[in-house]
Order: sequence, then structure tokens, then C-alpha cells
Amino acid sequence: MNLEKVVFGFFIVLAATMNFGFFIGDIDNPVHHDVFELFAAIVVNLIATVLKFGDRTQIGAIHLATSLVADLQLIAAAIYWAYSVHVSGIGMTPGVTASVVSLAAGAMLANVVSVVILIAETVMMRR
Amino acid sequence: MDSVIFLMLRRMRAPLIVLIAIYAISMLGLALIPGVDANGRPTPPMSFFHAFYFVSYTATTIGFGEIPNAFSDAQRMWTVLCIYLTVVGWTYSIVTLLGLLQDKGFQAAFAKIRFARAVRRLGEPFYLICGCGETGTLIGNALDRIGTRFVVVELSEHRVQELDLLEWRADAPALAGDAREPELLKLAGLTHPKCRGVLAVTNNEEANLAVAIAVRLLRPDVPVLARARSESVSANMASFGTDHVINPFRRFADQLALAVRAPDVFRLEQLLTGIPGEAAPEPHRPPRGDWIVCGYGRFGHAIVAALDSEAQPVTLITPEPLALPDRRCITGIGTEAEPLLAAGVDTASGIVAGTDNDVNNLSIAVTARELNPSIFVVMRQNHASNSALFDAFVGDFALVPSRLIAQECLATLTTPLLSDFLEHVRRQENAWAAQLIARIEAVCPAQVPDIHGITLNISEARAAYLHLMADAPLTLADALRDSTDRDTPLALVPLMLRRAKQVMLLPSPRTQLAAGDALLLAGPRTAHTRLKLALQNANAFDYVQHGRNAPGGWIWRARAARQAQRK
Repeated sequence: MNLEKVVFGFFIVLAATMNFGFFIGDIDNPVHHDVFELFAAIVVNLIATVLKFGDRTQIGAIHLATSLVADLQLIAAAIYWAYSVHVSGIGMTPGVTASVVSLAAGAMLANVVSVVILIAETVMMRR
Repeated sequence: MDSVIFLMLRRMRAPLIVLIAIYAISMLGLALIPGVDANGRPTPPMSFFHAFYFVSYTATTIGFGEIPNAFSDAQRMWTVLCIYLTVVGWTYSIVTLLGLLQDKGFQAAFAKIRFARAVRRLGEPFYLICGCGETGTLIGNALDRIGTRFVVVELSEHRVQELDLLEWRADAPALAGDAREPELLKLAGLTHPKCRGVLAVTNNEEANLAVAIAVRLLRPDVPVLARARSESVSANMASFGTDHVINPFRRFADQLALAVRAPDVFRLEQLLTGIPGEAAPEPHRPPRGDWIVCGYGRFGHAIVAALDSEAQPVTLITPEPLALPDRRCITGIGTEAEPLLAAGVDTASGIVAGTDNDVNNLSIAVTARELNPSIFVVMRQNHASNSALFDAFVGDFALVPSRLIAQECLATLTTPLLSDFLEHVRRQENAWAAQLIARIEAVCPAQVPDIHGITLNISEARAAYLHLMADAPLTLADALRDSTDRDTPLALVPLMLRRAKQVMLLPSPRTQLAAGDALLLAGPRTAHTRLKLALQNANAFDYVQHGRNAPGGWIWRARAARQAQRK
């Protein structure tokens, strides 16, 4: 039992679950996708990324890479959202919602990979 | 570079997480707290986009004010908290970053990267000096003077910092580290295509040995010169093909023997291997007769062997009683009169103060001088820093190991022809050497001359080479004319001419030169530069040989050739 590992695992799984929470629902229905959930997903993802900094192993490198992918996709989704609402003024039409959610879905795939690596690492340790 | 980035990322983990958390909390608060419009009616809270915008400019202390609308009091309350939180967050990050930049490990990693880059970018031939203590610095000074680049690897960090203060003309990349590590040697340019040679001159025998082996295995084509103190290490180094093993004690003993046998030959050798530009070494004339040797360590052994080879009777003074059958041994240190008198100092012709303690050596020398003012004193100086003391006592002959090694390294590295020449010199008569010294002193009074080799080939002496390839005659005297005034000969003494395997010592001025000849010359630096110009540059060569000032540029030369044809 190691507090550092608990925190590490916690943030990686939380990043995936938050991401999933935002993603679940009809893809083009803005009511199903809450902005607070996207915000939480981004923050948790960023923290998970920073936690992965500075590990020189191969697995550490892939961990970091998946997190960076997730960050990129989520931030792209957030920027697109902000642009639609504030800059172009279209608002959250079904089309915009679908784009934002599909970007978040991509991020979720990266987060799932991250969780799988985490589990694989743990299983290997047991052996 | 990777290691530095990883180190930085790892150290920045905590501050970055704190910063992200603070931003998140601030933004979340702003996204939840309702605002107010101009009439005091509540409005919905800020969107995340506006919250991020506001926190960004507040956290970085830019502070545009309350944008987009004037805040409600609840929002203002939250903003106060945000301001203090974010300032703490940023300060923590910046302080950590600054601390990291001053971290020893981080700076060492950074210095290594800069060093490796400097070495990689060296575009000219360079030497790799391992160990930059007294010896290394002397070699560095001399290499710098002749404009050759070098790279330094030195164990002591303190010493590397001192190197920055030396007034070297070219920048010498230096790294603090253990030369025994092959990775470090690679970093220092061992596998660099321009690496011309490696000098292992640390004061640690094992390190020198390790460097020599590493060079043999990693770069078999590069010559390595190594310093060794003990016979076993010398033999070990020679066994795997170290190009030049320098054992200062044995070298000095050989010199002493040579000086006893033929003082002028010895003096000539000193003059030729000295560090160019320094004052000429004083003549030493050690007498033949009875010798006393104080101290019988590695140095004493070498000296006794050398004196034996010249058939000089030797008496030993050693602290421990020795049982050597056919040698007179006195027990004592030699710093007192008693053992010296017992060894016969009043009738002896020479004494060697050869213990490994500088103060004892001085004491021996002073006592011996008092007992016998005419005795010839040979001293071993262990540390160059004691030079002031040794200079104050006018000894006849002193060994300074660092100096000896530096001279030997330079002579071997910079002019390979010179070591060949010295081999021949050591077999010559005293009178021959005295005559040559007189000639060298005439061109280079009271100074160690520069010794350079020049080969008459396309890269070193283009004009002369083309001249000779066209089957035109060129005598040595013609080649050595001054390129500023062709009627005066250059102040250079030709020492040796090598044609294929054949060697000619002191070639006469009437010698006909041939393409591919290698010449070894002694003289002042300026004369060497002029000679190089006269043999390399077509116009200078033309003037020197025929006394005409030909047109210089390519177009004018072509025109002149056309005019000559028309005539």
C-alpha cells in the first residue's frame, strides 16, 4: 500500500469516469451533456497528466502520451464549445453538440487505454 | 538533453498540480456565483470561457478589471480569494523553477550537455587531454600557443572552474568528470572524426591506464600518450599498444646518464624539446666521479640504473637499511650532515636528492652544498608549486615531472619527425651537438626555437610541389629564401630531411629537393610562417625563385599567360 500509487490510480480512473459521464447520452442533445462535467474532466485530466511527468520507463512514456491525447481532445472540445457560444453565437445546436461530444469520445478512448495500461502494469507486478 | 527535461518535469510536478487545482477552484467558483446587472437584478453566473479569461488575467496580476460586467458582491468576495490563491500558486511554481536551475545536479547535467555540444561542433583537429593538473595545463598552454584546439576532461570541478580564468586564445571545452568512464570519453570527442590524439596525464595511474585501454578499443587509429610512474604500469600500457608511455623518472634518469656521457648532446635535446618561446635551458655539465643518491624509491632505482650504465660509482643513503651486496649503503635520511659525511660527500662529485618530499630534498641539497661547495646537485621537485623554493636554491639540475611530461607530449604530438631526429641525435658525438647548438643559437638567440616539419606535398607546399613535379630543380638553399627579400636566407636551421625511408641529418644547402620530401627545421616562429607562405603560395614562390612579381589574381594570370603565348 502506497499513498502515491493510490493517488495516481485515483486520478487516472477519475479522469476516465468523468470523461465517460460527460460522453454518455444522446450525441446531439445538449441537455445530456453538462458543461460542469466537461470542466471537471479537463481539470482531472490535466492533473493526471502532470502526475505522469518524469517517468522514464517505456510504460511511463505511453501513459504520458495517452494523457496528452486526452487533454488535446478535451481542450479542443472546450474551445469549440466556447467559440460556438461566445464568438460565432450559434449556440449549442445539435450539430455543435455532436462535434463536442465526439471530440470528448476520442478523449475517452485515450483514457480507456490509460486505464488498461494501469491494470496491465498492476497485473505484471503481481506476477 | 532528455535527462534534463525529465528531471525538470519531475520536479515541477507538485507546483503544476497546485496551479491547476487553484485555477480549477477559482473558475468553478466564478461559474457558480450569480452576477448582477446595472439595475441590481441578479444575472446568471459567468460562463466557463469568461471565468477562464478573468482568472487568467487576474492570476498573472495583469488585472483588466471586472469584465464583461461589473461584479456582484458575492463575485467580488470570491475574487479576493482567487487573487491570493493564484499569487501563491504562481510564486510556488517560480520559486521551484529557480531552485531547480540552481540545483547542483541540474547544473551538472546542463554543463554536460553544453560540453557535448561544443565538442560535437569542433570543426578543426583537436587533442583530448585527460587530467588538467600541472602537466595538463602546461600542455594546454603550449597547444594554445601554436593554435591547436583541445578538449579537457578533469576530475576536480574546482580545477575546471579555474580553467575558465586562464587566458587561452581559443575556447577549450572542459568537463569535470572521471576520465575512466568510457561514456565520458566519447562525450569528450574520442569518437569524433577530428580527434587527433589522446593524452592521459592525470596523476592517477589507474585512470591513465583506463584511458589508454579505452582509446585502444574505441578508437584504435588515434594515438594515445600516457603518463606512468611505475614500471609495471608502463609495461602494461605498452603491452596493448599505447603509442607513447611517458615515465618521467626513467626519462629523467636517461637524461642524467646522457648528460654525464655527452653534455652537449643532452643540451641539444633540451633545446629541441623545450617549450617554444621560453628561455633556452641552461647548460648542465654533470661531472664524472662518485655519486651519492638519497632515496631509493622508483626515482632512485631509475637514477641508479642510469648511473650504473655510465659506470659511475654510486653510494646510497636510505632511511631503512638495505642489503645490497655490491653497493655501499648508508642508513639515514641525508638531511643531516652525519650520513652525508659517511657516504663521502666531501669527495663525491655529485649528489641526487631524490626523496618524494620536496622539503627534505631541499634540505639534503643545502646540507650537501655546505659540506662540499663544489658538489653537483641534482634535485627532484615533486610539486611545481614549490618552484619558488627550488629557484632560490641554485641547484644544478632539477627534475620537474609535470614539465618533463608536457615537453615530451608536445614534441611527440606536434612534430612526429622530431622524435625520429632525437633518436639519431642521441647516437651522435658531443662535438657534433655543440656545433649544431651554435648554429641554432645564431638564428634563435637565448630562446627555445620553434621546431616544425614541412612535407613537400600538395596540401602543405602546393607551389613547391607543382614546381618539383614539373621536373624543375630546387635546392634547399633556394627553398629557404625569405619571401620578403629573396636575397636573404631565412633564419632556419634544417635539421633533417626524410625521403621515403631514407634519412639525411643536417642536409647541406646544395641538396636537391624532391616532391614528397619531409623537412624538419628549427628557428623562430616568424621564419616558419614565411617559409610556409613561400612554399605554398604560387606568387610568393615565383618571386622567391625567380625574383619577379607575377600578377596575382586568376584572371590576370590567365591574361599574362595569353600574352606570353602571343609573343
